Amino acid sequence: MFAFIVQRLFQAVLVMLVVGLISFALFRFTGDPVNNMLGQEATIEQRQALREKLGLNDPVPMQFFKFLVNASQGEFGLSYRVGKPVEELIATALPATLELVFVSALMALLIGVPMGVYTGLKRHAPLSRMFLTVSLVGVSLPTFVIGILMILVFGVWLGWLPTFGRQGLVDLGFWETGLLTLKGWSFLIMPAFTLALFQLTLIMRLVRAEMLEVLRTDYIKFAKARGLRNRAINYGHALKNTLVPVITIMGLQVGSLLAFSIITETVFAWPGMGRLFLDSIRFVDIPIMSCYLMLMAFFFVIINLSVDLLYYAVDPRLRAETLGGAAH
Amino acid sequence: MAENTTREKPARKGALLEVENLRVEFPTRRGTLTAVDDISFHIDEGEVLGVVGESGAGKSMTGTAIIGLLEPPGRIAGGEIRLDGRRIDNLPYEKLRRIRGREIGMVFQDPLTSLNPLYTVGHQLIETIQTHTDMSESQARRRAIDLLAEVGIPAPERRIDQYPHQFSGGMRQRVVIALALCVNPRLVIADEPTTALDVSIQAQIIKLLKKLCSEHGAAVMLITHDMGVIAETADRVAVMYSGRIAEVGPVREVIRNAKHPYTHGLMGSIPMVGHDLDRLTQIEGSMPRLTEIPTGCPFNPRCPKVFERCRHERPELIAVEDTRVACWLYEEGEQRRTGSHG
Amino acid sequence: MAIAPEEIQVSPGLFGRVIDGGRRFFDGDIFYAFKKSPLTIAAFVVTVLMFAIALSAHWLAPFDTMNLSSLNLMDARLPPIGWQFNDGGMMVDPDPRFLLGTDEQGRDLLSAMMFGLQISLEVGFASVILAAVFGTLLGLVSGYAGGRVDSFIMRVADVQLTFPAILIALLIDGATRTMMDPDTHQAFKLPILILAIAASQWVNFARTVRGSTLVEKNKEYVQAARVIGIRPSLIMIRHVLPNVLGPVLVIATLSLAIAILTEATLSFLGVGVPATEPSLGTLIRLGQNVLFSGMWWLTIYPSLVLVILVLAVNLLGDWLRDALNPRLR
Repeated sequence: MFAFIVQRLFQAVLVMLVVGLISFALFRFTGDPVNNMLGQEATIEQRQALREKLGLNDPVPMQFFKFLVNASQGEFGLSYRVGKPVEELIATALPATLELVFVSALMALLIGVPMGVYTGLKRHAPLSRMFLTVSLVGVSLPTFVIGILMILVFGVWLGWLPTFGRQGLVDLGFWETGLLTLKGWSFLIMPAFTLALFQLTLIMRLVRAEMLEVLRTDYIKFAKARGLRNRAINYGHALKNTLVPVITIMGLQVGSLLAFSIITETVFAWPGMGRLFLDSIRFVDIPIMSCYLMLMAFFFVIINLSVDLLYYAVDPRLRAETLGGAAH
Repeated sequence: MAENTTREKPARKGALLEVENLRVEFPTRRGTLTAVDDISFHIDEGEVLGVVGESGAGKSMTGTAIIGLLEPPGRIAGGEIRLDGRRIDNLPYEKLRRIRGREIGMVFQDPLTSLNPLYTVGHQLIETIQTHTDMSESQARRRAIDLLAEVGIPAPERRIDQYPHQFSGGMRQRVVIALALCVNPRLVIADEPTTALDVSIQAQIIKLLKKLCSEHGAAVMLITHDMGVIAETADRVAVMYSGRIAEVGPVREVIRNAKHPYTHGLMGSIPMVGHDLDRLTQIEGSMPRLTEIPTGCPFNPRCPKVFERCRHERPELIAVEDTRVACWLYEEGEQRRTGSHG
Repeated sequence: MAIAPEEIQVSPGLFGRVIDGGRRFFDGDIFYAFKKSPLTIAAFVVTVLMFAIALSAHWLAPFDTMNLSSLNLMDARLPPIGWQFNDGGMMVDPDPRFLLGTDEQGRDLLSAMMFGLQISLEVGFASVILAAVFGTLLGLVSGYAGGRVDSFIMRVADVQLTFPAILIALLIDGATRTMMDPDTHQAFKLPILILAIAASQWVNFARTVRGSTLVEKNKEYVQAARVIGIRPSLIMIRHVLPNVLGPVLVIATLSLAIAILTEATLSFLGVGVPATEPSLGTLIRLGQNVLFSGMWWLTIYPSLVLVILVLAVNLLGDWLRDALNPRLR
């Protein structure tokens, strides 16, 4: 167990270092940061001062080291476009994105898994066929089209929900949350559902496919031959085995939610990280880009780590391997 | 085809399981395949019936049909299956479920895949025991430990909390046997229980299965393609070919004096001490696929003693001495004997 | 017991295989499954229709919307046939020349959608073909070489798989922007976009082909080939490629749907195809800007075409996967 965690942690650090290197290279070697920050008209003295201040005269490995130290302390320099510290911009955008992703993930799970189980068990029920057809449409509907349609229907035509922005916030000091007021939820619900829909259908189809796969196995046949009750077979034996692969995919999907939040945030003008990143790409605002990159990598690493641990908790075979093989 | 539902015979004295004119079909888009074609046999209380035949002969299909676990679209298309004179082939799902495990236990071929990898063997035993009895958790656990000891697993108190992957193949099959026997069923259907195991432990497992079943008073339907296993284990044997029974009778009789040319060929393919066979014989050709079973006797294209009638008319089982055999060589009265090979 | 004839490994010549394959296709399960599924037939018809429209957009389109000088502001903001549009208190009637209405510059939506479809499909196909070729090659190399090469390629694949396609495409776009000046970037936008989408898709191809290669590698005929002095790599490729053709086709079809979606999404976000060549995604983005002024058709129609196209391709891919995988039937 201990060795397993250490190994995974080591891998995580390695991934972070590589991403750090890419971010650094992006910052240091693409275009001239001084030009980017001061514009073409700056004097030579101004340039020199900035070079010194940014540490651009140091040897490159030293610069990389400094970059990493700063990054680990949450310092990514000034945004070229806004001129504010990157971490300040991120700090206001991060809660918005995380709340959006969290609520979406919850929606996708709580609706997707039961639907998948149902369609897997009742393969030929009319409701299953309907779910599957709808899910195919769901997979084919691009996120932004879903968002636009929802805005059109609930915002423009029915006028029930606000169509852009994020309001009704409560400041907790370190975190501005929209989850504590009804108004906050009214702004959140459409973007969250838009973001969730694709994942929801994906999870449903995945759970269904896994369920069908597991139901074909010998141990399910043997469980039936032992006369176990259907409930025990379906929810005890089949569902638990289904969860093993489903957990991995779900981990990946949280990463995917983070990425797709870029689209949802654009459609609903949600003031989160995704929009910040998109703007930084449009305006070649490298400090924000590299910060976003590292932050995403950090999230992905954390998610993968938790998926591994969860995996480990569900599947005894993994536990035994790390304990040093089977006893005979 | 002969679906004699009108022939309502009283339950045979002592017969535990009776299968009568059973037909198993698989509807496919190219037509309906008949995997088991009108077979009848019985198993007496406490008896070991061997069912032998090549793969695809319908042995396993018969076993799964009895326990009601045919995979759709496979279905029982005709005939009756009776346990203690009570029909079980048309029971509603829930009633049949109570019979599975409780009255008929089953052992599958591959112990590696028969056990759920995510639960301890104890969990799987206790769960089965508690499904069929009123035992408390601790009583069931005690019984599970006893069973593990009985099937020859050392240190059962410790191993009960281990997961299937922590057992070797042979040990796992012992666990599977414990699971099949855990609520004392009256019949155990063992479907090729040793095929997936290492040759060196096959004999052990078969021996264990036979011993335990006789101790628990369970009859056994032993499905295998290994005539040697049958010879050592079974009381009676049914030889299957192309979804039909070619010959059925007491093991000694069938081995010593095989009547159906196919059985004869099968016997020729196993080496035996004390028989002055110069060489092992083999049957030319292979069993027809389900899509191309010839008319008449399905064995006729490979039969060394084929004659005109075999190609047109299907032989029914005829009593010849102690066995019953489906072959036109043995029409009533005219008992032409098959000459033994020299 | 005698060996059944079908157990003997026979490797017919390529010609024989093609003939045999053709016969099996029309006689076999795949074609049968196709005939049995009206939904699949519909999807097939829709896909073919869309391709045909895209290919012949230049002849079919009533207006040359690519030519900006042909636009007339007098034709702007017209609703589709059968609708009226309340333009700031003034009711506007449709013009029979513009079947699906016009946008703010007087561009005919129907024509713009035909050209948009063409661009969407172009980008989709180009990136899938690129991804398929590279993925297959890398998969073959990975499976055949084994060892370090294999673990390196697969590690990269693993890491990349954790990053969603959109993010990779955005990053590549971002990185190229920082490296090129805006004009060069604009000029290379289409190839960069294709490259970015392909880069996010090669992994699936590589994994499948690698798996298949590993299976073949351990078969006896490969060992035998080595013994009699034929290069195993050559004989393997001849055996692996036909084997992976099915799966690769399935992945390619499903990837095409994803590629079209990715392109549309990127264009919607404004980092996709250049503005001078609007794809369906670009049209939707432009439409969304005026959604609140009530010009719904500029969003709805392109979205509808995009969704139907992706749905049809997805259906084909799904069906193909099921038809080629007998276990799922």
